[in-house]
Amino acid sequence: MHGRPRKAYKPEEEAASAAKAAKLRALQSQFMSNHHNKIYTKEAVDLSTKLLEINPEAYTAWNYRKLAVEDKLSRIESDPDLIKTILDEELRVVESALSQNFKSYGAWHHRKWVLSKGHSSVGNELQLLNKFQKLDTRNFHAWNYRRFVVELTKRSEQDELKYTDDMIGSDFSNYSAWHNRSVLLSSLLARKADGFLPNKKIPDEYKLVQNAIFTDEDDQSGWFYHLWLLDQTVNVETPLLTSSWPSHGSRISLYAGCSNGSFSKLTTFGSESGYFPLVLNFDQAVGGVSSSTVTIDTELKGNEDLVWEPVSKKNSHVSCVWVARLKYISSEPCFGKEYKVKVKIGNSPGIVSSRGCNFSASYEFVFTAHVHDTVEESSQEGIVSWTDGFDIWDAESKDLNALTTLDRSNAQMDSKWRQEAIAEEIDLFRELPDSKIGKLTLARLLMAKAMISDDAVKGVHYNEILELYKDLMALDSSHYQYYKDVHSVALLRKVTSSTEDLSGHLFRCRNMNNSVCLRLNNLSLSRIASVEKLLFVQMLDLSHNELHSTEGLGGMQLLSCLNLSHNRIRSFSALDSLRHLKQLRVLDVSHNHIGEHSVDTTRYLCSSPLFNSEWTQDEVGRQMPTLVTKYWDAYFVLRDLNLKQLDITGNVIAGDVFSSFVLRVVPKLVWLDGKKLEI
Amino acid sequence: MSDLPPYPPLDPTTYDLIIVGTGVSESILSAAASSSGTSVLHLDPNPFYGSHSASLSLPDLTSFLHSNSLSPPPPPPSDTPDFLSVDLATRSLYSSVEIATFDSSILDERHSRKFNVDLCGPRVLFCADESINLMLKSGSNNYVEFKSVDASFVGDSSGELRSVPDSRAAIFKDKSLGLMEKKQLMKFFKLVQAHLAAAAASSTESDEGAVKIAEEDMESPFVDFLAKMPLPPKIKSIILYGIAMVDYDQDNVEACGDLLKTREGIARLALYITSIGRFSNALGALIYPIYGQGELPQAFCRRAAVKGCIYVLRMPITALLLDKASELIETGGYKGVRLATGQEIFSQKLILDPCITVGSESMSSLTDQQKETLRVLVPKSISSEGKIARGICIIRGSVKADISNALVVYPPKSLFPEQLAAIRVLQLGSGLAVCPADMHVLYFSTVCENDDQGKAALLSAMSTLIKPQVPENLQSDSAVENDTAEAAKPVVLWRALYVQAMVKGEFGGSISSAASPDGNLSYNELVESAVKLYEQLMGSEELFKEETSPDNTTEEENDGGVEIEA
Repeated sequence: MHGRPRKAYKPEEEAASAAKAAKLRALQSQFMSNHHNKIYTKEAVDLSTKLLEINPEAYTAWNYRKLAVEDKLSRIESDPDLIKTILDEELRVVESALSQNFKSYGAWHHRKWVLSKGHSSVGNELQLLNKFQKLDTRNFHAWNYRRFVVELTKRSEQDELKYTDDMIGSDFSNYSAWHNRSVLLSSLLARKADGFLPNKKIPDEYKLVQNAIFTDEDDQSGWFYHLWLLDQTVNVETPLLTSSWPSHGSRISLYAGCSNGSFSKLTTFGSESGYFPLVLNFDQAVGGVSSSTVTIDTELKGNEDLVWEPVSKKNSHVSCVWVARLKYISSEPCFGKEYKVKVKIGNSPGIVSSRGCNFSASYEFVFTAHVHDTVEESSQEGIVSWTDGFDIWDAESKDLNALTTLDRSNAQMDSKWRQEAIAEEIDLFRELPDSKIGKLTLARLLMAKAMISDDAVKGVHYNEILELYKDLMALDSSHYQYYKDVHSVALLRKVTSSTEDLSGHLFRCRNMNNSVCLRLNNLSLSRIASVEKLLFVQMLDLSHNELHSTEGLGGMQLLSCLNLSHNRIRSFSALDSLRHLKQLRVLDVSHNHIGEHSVDTTRYLCSSPLFNSEWTQDEVGRQMPTLVTKYWDAYFVLRDLNLKQLDITGNVIAGDVFSSFVLRVVPKLVWLDGKKLEI
Repeated sequence: MSDLPPYPPLDPTTYDLIIVGTGVSESILSAAASSSGTSVLHLDPNPFYGSHSASLSLPDLTSFLHSNSLSPPPPPPSDTPDFLSVDLATRSLYSSVEIATFDSSILDERHSRKFNVDLCGPRVLFCADESINLMLKSGSNNYVEFKSVDASFVGDSSGELRSVPDSRAAIFKDKSLGLMEKKQLMKFFKLVQAHLAAAAASSTESDEGAVKIAEEDMESPFVDFLAKMPLPPKIKSIILYGIAMVDYDQDNVEACGDLLKTREGIARLALYITSIGRFSNALGALIYPIYGQGELPQAFCRRAAVKGCIYVLRMPITALLLDKASELIETGGYKGVRLATGQEIFSQKLILDPCITVGSESMSSLTDQQKETLRVLVPKSISSEGKIARGICIIRGSVKADISNALVVYPPKSLFPEQLAAIRVLQLGSGLAVCPADMHVLYFSTVCENDDQGKAALLSAMSTLIKPQVPENLQSDSAVENDTAEAAKPVVLWRALYVQAMVKGEFGGSISSAASPDGNLSYNELVESAVKLYEQLMGSEELFKEETSPDNTTEEENDGGVEIEA
């Protein structure tokens, strides 16, 4: 029950509770001896009944009763009446235990167990539940059990939806009822039950929850439901391809063997390995991307059986970003030629979102690869400097257009009702300017609108969103970091929303052959977003922000130079996503907080995260086990990177010991902290 | 009455207190006095309990309204040697009584015992009001069961009924309020609640942070305060007439009988708010006793009987007995009463039904001291505010589909421009055992300046809610109606219209007069006046004080004892 003040016990109450405890202890020890000796006589079972009536939390006693029931059932021949009597007695014990404490996990579980046996009538269960749910309308045990009974009795979801109507009607501060409503509606909408179309039902639900929010804006239940509705409005179940590199219709130039691989043109790429990445970015994590679900049609030789890899944590088979490496330098001479590459996605089923929805709309895109035979002259072994020599980017924005324009022709969203619903909500929530949750919801709605509306109006929305989050950061300091993060997301969406906005952040690096650099420095970013629009970026400056991790950067497969100096990175684990960046050669993590806080290994079940891992078979690991143990987080990230230049100064971890460790782990390193290494 | 065998003489013949009339006020007084150990004789000239608060069958109700049943008793043996006897007269509280039967089957034998129709309707109890507290305190709650009034509405001349958004859940569910109106209304309720919480807290400790309504606002008219909040006119009207149950038009200072102050308005809202949810099995703020309002005085009477009070029904009193003015000492004090049987019964004090008076011809021969003793029995001219037009309709069907027990309020000017005061309508169904299963009883009331004005207002409300019907003798056999919008409205089977005079209770030393039912929806003022009278009679002794011991501990287990069926 909610809202009951706690009060101090009076002496006589304390005495009574002590007496009760003594009695309970005696009962308990007797019970335990019965349990250990497997005594299932009537007296012994009655003893457990007594124990459970006093303390329904005695889980062992419930388990003992299960054993006792099994024992009894094994003795009697299949006499349905007798079985029913035995099980009914269990139901009775559960009921009396529940009336003692209806938050007892053990009691509810025992009831489920009994009913699952299938010999008891389930007809009374809903009535019993109605009784309990009247006493405590929000009790999640009762709601959980309700869902169980509903499934067992095959009661229709429509009827249950009606029940949530009634419960919400009598008290709309019932989060459990709202939650059950969302569960039921999800199911009804998913199976397209009669009259349950999203474009009809979701607007109705908005009306319902508006009443709750406007009647009492301080009540959270409605806001949560509103958030769920917004999610239903903005997100489509079926996964969509949001972008790719190379993008549809683009023409890329491929060079052989460029190390610090930055180029004066955005469409130029070079790699000493002779492979270029083909990147697919989906709107949600999907699995099942493979050479059978994605087919490539090209004259480029040696790309028959492509291996698609998810850009995700180890052992995960789903990701938003999938990458395959295409060979463009083969033994046969093929330089100076243009090759068309046709990519077909989803011709055969198999790409499935983590929610279980199929990528249904097959999609096809084409790009041209121009393979050059020369190595573009570059400052091969020179140091990359971020400090000076940046010029405003001057290229035609057409060039950029081709790279960032998202082709959403495959997005089959029935967006009209979604846009209308969100526009209506926005108008409404502008009326609740005083409350924090009102501001937050408005910001979320505007964000949703920006996502599904035309590019032309986006700038205005983003400015309003950024203002709202700034207000919230000032108003509600306890959730500062959350607002900061969403502010960063909004800012990055704004920056990437148009070519004009984006080109304002592109520079030419004078010292580096005028190669193009995206500078998102000094924006107080705390999170990375909109990576799907930045797949083409090869040089990225994120210095002087408030980043805690590089999560999301894994999708930027072309990235070769990355500046993360002056951020708030605390450990190499936070750089884990960089392991996917096969082209990364230059990394600046100077002036962060790496090493300031040792990683708390007590969270792990094993004494060290290295326990049981493969490092012992690895040469470096064998050679210097103490250093690897000490710098395990750096080890896991750095050994997978092909760095030529690393800056680590200004971190607690930096020093001679760490430097010597780095040299062993990254043997190809040329520059460390601005000094050329003598090999 | 004359067919009945004569009563045996009463014994004992001397009491501390004689009460005549078994209305709500008299019954509370009788129960309270009996509980405190006072010996009480409680008489009623009628053959039923309840007097003006009774619930009766249709024929009984008709004859009571017409005759007021206190037919002048046969002239008694007028001279007693020891006392001066003053003859009593009866005045009727009812005027312009008009009863029409549209379907004579309603008076059939099979229905006759199924009706329990209130004389003083429409009336309900607020779950948190003083009458409930008094019932719990006295233990009389054991004899009555209540049910919730399911819904309450505000109506207008269009015939549409809008729910009164009186709680958080009701505001949420309301279909007629806009979202911003919901926000404003809820904000106002929260302010009232915060104010009440702060007021409750400040009685124990001082706290600065608490939200309270400013003192100068408390003295301003409630209607101005509501406008200041700011609440739109629609919501203002709902709060004033649908929740605070105000009678007169608060927007019209000249015509308004009394302009409600914010302090009183907040107190009325507080009563409403605390009523909701007081009893877990009551749906809203209002409850109604099963078998009718007449159950309430009966419950108090039964409590009184348990505590030793003696009851005699069908027993009018014909005269008062006063000390003879001797030549030496002019006392003229009250001594007792003479019953219709001729028996003389003596008591210290006497409380009389509000319709009992002393004829002016008997007054003329009395001394000043004697006149002083009889002061409260002298009929006063009934002021214009003291009139309540009441109406009763028995209908087939319901004024709102799927709802049986409901309150409907028509705020001033909502039915017609000249409507001065709110009209309240209470529909009750067979679930409350007041009528047969397929029917409902509708009670109407409004305060009025004169009979015609009051009855016109009630007829206007009736025609909005009910399909008009021609009297039976003009009705053709082929009753053709079904295809108009009117068809959905319920059909009236029987109707009564009357105007009741309101008489205030008055303490007069040894002889006091109890109050008649008032024009309010609740018993609050009636109970208040009974409590005051009791304090004057008994010298500020607390009502039912000793009942708080063993009885009450058992009550607490069943929700304060007010049994309300699901």
